[in-house]
Amino acid sequence: MSEGKNSKMKKVALFLPFLVFALLAGVFFSQLGKDTQYMPSALIGKTLPDFSLVSLETNEVMNKKDLGEQGFLINFWGTWCPACSFEHDYLMKLASEGIDIVGIDYKDETTAAIKWLDEKGDPYSVVLLDELGNFGIDMGVTGAPETFVVNAEGIVTYRHQGIVNEQVWQEMKGYLK
Amino acid sequence: MLPEIGHFALILSLFFALALSFVPILGYIKKHKVLMAYSTPLTHVTSLLVLFSFIILSYSFAVDDFSVLYVSQHSNSLLPFVFKLSAVWGGHEGSLLLWVLILCGWSSAVAYKGKTLPEDIRALVLATLGIVTTGFLAFLLFTSSPFVRLLPDMPAEGADLNPLLQDVGLIIHPPMLYMGYVGFSVAFAFAIAALISGNLNSSWARWARPWTSVSWAFLTLGIGLGSWWAYYELGWGGWWFWDPVENASFMPWLAGTALIHSLAVTEKRGVFKSWTVLLAIFTFSLSLLGTFLVRSGVLTSVHAFAADPTRGVFILVLLFLFVGGSLLLYAMRAADVKSDVSFGITGREAGLLINNIVLVTLTLTVLLGTLFPLLFDALDMGKVSVGAPYFNSVFSPIALVLMLVMAIGPLLKWNRTKLDILIKQLIFPCILACVLTGITLIWQKFEWITLVSLFVAYWVLLLTLIDWASKLGNVGSSWWQRAKKLPRNYYGMLIAHLGMAVSLIGILFVSVQSQEEMVRMAPNDSVTLSGYEFVFNGVSQVQGPNYVADRANISIFKDGQQVASLAPEKRVYQARTQMMTEASIDAGLFRDLYLSLGEQLEGDTWGLRVHVKPFVRWIWLGGILMMIGGFLSAMDKRYRKVAGATI
Repeated sequence: MSEGKNSKMKKVALFLPFLVFALLAGVFFSQLGKDTQYMPSALIGKTLPDFSLVSLETNEVMNKKDLGEQGFLINFWGTWCPACSFEHDYLMKLASEGIDIVGIDYKDETTAAIKWLDEKGDPYSVVLLDELGNFGIDMGVTGAPETFVVNAEGIVTYRHQGIVNEQVWQEMKGYLK
Repeated sequence: MLPEIGHFALILSLFFALALSFVPILGYIKKHKVLMAYSTPLTHVTSLLVLFSFIILSYSFAVDDFSVLYVSQHSNSLLPFVFKLSAVWGGHEGSLLLWVLILCGWSSAVAYKGKTLPEDIRALVLATLGIVTTGFLAFLLFTSSPFVRLLPDMPAEGADLNPLLQDVGLIIHPPMLYMGYVGFSVAFAFAIAALISGNLNSSWARWARPWTSVSWAFLTLGIGLGSWWAYYELGWGGWWFWDPVENASFMPWLAGTALIHSLAVTEKRGVFKSWTVLLAIFTFSLSLLGTFLVRSGVLTSVHAFAADPTRGVFILVLLFLFVGGSLLLYAMRAADVKSDVSFGITGREAGLLINNIVLVTLTLTVLLGTLFPLLFDALDMGKVSVGAPYFNSVFSPIALVLMLVMAIGPLLKWNRTKLDILIKQLIFPCILACVLTGITLIWQKFEWITLVSLFVAYWVLLLTLIDWASKLGNVGSSWWQRAKKLPRNYYGMLIAHLGMAVSLIGILFVSVQSQEEMVRMAPNDSVTLSGYEFVFNGVSQVQGPNYVADRANISIFKDGQQVASLAPEKRVYQARTQMMTEASIDAGLFRDLYLSLGEQLEGDTWGLRVHVKPFVRWIWLGGILMMIGGFLSAMDKRYRKVAGATI
């Protein structure tokens, strides 16, 4: 009797490797096609860190309190960044729809930035200069373009690495409120 | 026209492989000898067709046929000729073709060497390999054909091979690595044949042993080359990064090491039969898993190929069929296996059992660390990344236990060992190792864990050598005569174990004693590190075949004598305008001087990274010894003499 039970146990145990593997295969399947580059920011759910950056237009130092009361986007860009010029057209469209976009000219030269905005148009309500990339470090950006959503309460609700386009915007706009 | 012929040959090979998967098995079921005998010619024809299409792809690279999409993506007319050839496996499609070619090579070798196998076993083994080949050929043809054309608008110039891959180490690294982990398919096929035929006696273990040892030796070489390449090419001076892709090749290595040992026990003593079969399946499954991880885009890694979900799904299905199918077969068949021999707790069997438990634990440790981010994400618990700290703190202590077992294991006798004799054998090397550790301590301060590891490494070295000496010490013919008479199998083990100890010593010294400094250097500035004075002589422009470089010149002095002159470079590859750091190394048995050039800071001032790395060569020297050990043990005369031998 007990021997029969033992051999039954043994038979069940032999299926264990298969079951573990089947479970793993399920996990793999669920992970396929996900963007592995995607990294959520540690800032999500926290208030925007304070800063003092020089404005490109007025040459004055600005702080967090100088930014809009309503929700806005913070867009890191640079003239050195080829992807930013692709993104630029879409930002122009968003700006024309009345979206408040704060531009952070990231690790860039001011003269080149002025020329860029003259030629391509300026989608930003204000452009702040982050020549050394210190604000970029505070925000934890890994490159440009990178866009953060700050809601009306001043809380960072979303971060997107890479180009903002129609698809990304549909996902992103809900976080502005 | 030629690429189409290559493509056609590949399609044809798929049909032959498909036939190979069915005909011999049908023959086995019907007990039809002719059908079973078809396995050999079908294997050879499949292999020849794959080889033919591989040659055509290589030819397309050699003549810069940029109308082939894959060639245009991975080559360039300025690329030196050898790199054009190695560019064949520089991307996903071509490297997969190489994968299949090597699988076919192994299958043909089994078909050729396996003439003495019982014909039903040979048919089943070749059919199993045929099924794997069919799966991967289908994967290649349906999702990743390397022969896709860009017509009529063919580009005038190719996009060039990734500069990181334009390197001698990378010419041979992938083929060796694939030789290794694809080679485990042979042991896998023998295990499956044993399960299907229900004939799980020790003979399958004897047939599978030399194949496993050879694959393991190739894999050792492949991993070693990869680590060496990372060391000098990536410019960080590191030699192992616990990157998911490195882990993907390291896991089959660990499991393969366990397999080699458990095959030995199964063959010699007829125990662990069911376990060995599972281990053979497990080892090859890890090879497949590695292929999946690298090519499906589920993990981030510097090595990963461009992600494509369709490919991911396809290879996951393959993985599921092969691994799931064989584990299911195992679950249904292994219950009938009975171990008929018992063994004592002090015997070599017990020692090898511990070896297996430790090695499998190590494999699972790496597996867990590699898959943890995936599992975590799948359960929606956020993103984590598991890095070197986890691996170093969890892996190292267990590896140390493995080394201890390795020190004592070879001294044990089958079934049971007399403990008083064992202790006598252990005690003298133990004292000597303590003394050696003490001597090293005078020279350098260590943490206790390093100290213990160092002691164990010395102990292994001494025990291994003393064991050899004791086998030569008997009266009679000269020691040289007796040394020649010892079986190659024994020497294989001896050398591989020595290799482990040598690598461990290298790892310990490098991790504890490496000196590294990032300095600003203007011409005639100098910096001193570990007693070496590095004098910066400035930077000049150099033109390479497909790049331009800034080359720094540094003279190195020790005690006023010039010992070396190094020239690290910062290259810009023209086709991709990609920047590459080319480290310059003065290699030595006891230390490497390693320089890599950083950014130009201002004027003629440059950033320079200076490393002094003691004993770093020992890591790879140990690897070479292990590889030699693997090949030697596969060449043991026993495998040739015994009926049914494979080599």
